[in-house]
Amino acid sequence: MSKPYLSLEQIDMVFSRGGASTQVLNQVSLDVDKGEFISIIGHSGCGKSTLLNIVAGLTEATRGVVLLEGVVVDAPGPDRAVVFQNHSLLPWLTVYENVKLAVDKVFSGTKSRVERHEWTMRNLELVQMVHAKDKRPSEVSGGMKQRVGIARALAMEPKVLLLDEPFGALDALTRAHLQDQVMQIHAELANTVLMITHDVDEAVLLSDRIVMMTNGPSAKIGEVLDVPLVRPRRRIELASDATYIRCRSAVLKFLYERHRLVEAA
Amino acid sequence: MIASPVRMNPQKQPHTQAKVVTLSTPRSSVARRRFPQRLSALAGHILPPLVTLAFLLVLWEVICSSPTASVPSPSRVVSETWELIVHPFYVGQGVDQGLFWHILASLKRVALGYCLAAIAGIALGALVGQSDWAMRGLDPIFQVLRTVPPLAWLPLSLAAFKDGNPSAIFVIFITAIWPVIINTAVGIRNIPQDYRNVARVLRLNQFEYFTKIMIPAAAPYIFTGLRIGIGLSWLAIVAAEMLIGGVGIGFFIWDAWNSSRMSDIILALIYVGIVGYLLDRAIASIAKVVTRNTLSA
Repeated sequence: MSKPYLSLEQIDMVFSRGGASTQVLNQVSLDVDKGEFISIIGHSGCGKSTLLNIVAGLTEATRGVVLLEGVVVDAPGPDRAVVFQNHSLLPWLTVYENVKLAVDKVFSGTKSRVERHEWTMRNLELVQMVHAKDKRPSEVSGGMKQRVGIARALAMEPKVLLLDEPFGALDALTRAHLQDQVMQIHAELANTVLMITHDVDEAVLLSDRIVMMTNGPSAKIGEVLDVPLVRPRRRIELASDATYIRCRSAVLKFLYERHRLVEAA
Repeated sequence: MIASPVRMNPQKQPHTQAKVVTLSTPRSSVARRRFPQRLSALAGHILPPLVTLAFLLVLWEVICSSPTASVPSPSRVVSETWELIVHPFYVGQGVDQGLFWHILASLKRVALGYCLAAIAGIALGALVGQSDWAMRGLDPIFQVLRTVPPLAWLPLSLAAFKDGNPSAIFVIFITAIWPVIINTAVGIRNIPQDYRNVARVLRLNQFEYFTKIMIPAAAPYIFTGLRIGIGLSWLAIVAAEMLIGGVGIGFFIWDAWNSSRMSDIILALIYVGIVGYLLDRAIASIAKVVTRNTLSA
């Protein structure tokens, strides 16, 4: 069998402050194939964002390694572009300039000025934000900001796209719309995606596999669920699909029966 | 049906039916009213200060009207300084120059000292804001030095530079630099972690990070420091020039005092105030343009 595209090998994460130390992640191992869409789901505080940050290289794991195409990840880089939870667009740049900043940096040596402009526009088209390209982030809605965040990440042509609860702060309708867009982009570009979420429907709808984390401290992977739904998936048809319902209830059972968050009870 | 002839010739209608006329032409009346409205809004802003000013001038005139008064009345100030007012560009011997040249000389010193302070202040502030070591090492020194009154630096700088002009510029520099350093450092410390993460994912180098993230993100703070700095500079230059002599509005005031020309002093004070105000407004409007997009999204 060939080596996995992205692999997390026995990741431990211990935060120590003063004398006290807390183990956040315990022996987390995961292999991801190229083009796979993986969701990581768990209650808040289970360290799933920490895990994503470790893959991104923004946080260094205490023990264990992340390998991307066999190479150890030890620093952040555009090959693992992150869509941050709160979009993190630079407010002094326009929508276009925010994406262009990434394009200019990543493709400074490989694309000409015209090509970089076209590539920026191409990615704005992908998220349907061309119409607002000269607006500032403060002038567009929350959903639009997140779309620009996605465009910026996609524009880096990452090997792995990391989504950190990308739709968490959005209303249900905007969220559904963006989920559809992400599915469409995934179908078109076949990116490898790692997404953090705490929305069960979102996880089942978008993922090929759902990684369920046990509660922290010392969280580990509790279960990995395959979602054998054919693509393209349509949310309305899925609502009554037997496989969808089975997957959904499996995740719900994991989260609310076996690993119920004690404080939330 | 009765209403239609009423609208045809409104001016002849009795009083009770005048309402029909005003209601039927609201659009044109709004358009016509816009200009006078703006005028009245403008008057609302300009009139109060004018009235206050006139009142104060009258009060001053009354209080200082006696011929033995030690401070001249406004009318005397104007009549005694008329030559200075109408000939601001007069060029004479030595320090005998028109007021424009005095102010220009002061502004040149301020401009030079202030620009150096802005550049050095932003650079040092960036260093202190970025590095914990620099912060711990330099901040206590800054906190002590910034409390030293500007003029206390003058003897030292005269000893070092052995000339008045560079000494004055140094005093401006040392006066203006502290608020710039401190505000820049605070601004850089407050850059959200998100922006730092974006920079890390993009692998921006130090220079790119400085120009593309740090300076724009900290711009509102930096401009606060720059604005405080320009005010302090203008405060300090007048005092410094009194001591170093030469052409400059500070020395002009000192010279006038030595020759008991009270009216000249009063005129100079008015000019100093106006120039100081304009400097502050200039920095404030630059700040407005530069930082209008830095508000968080």
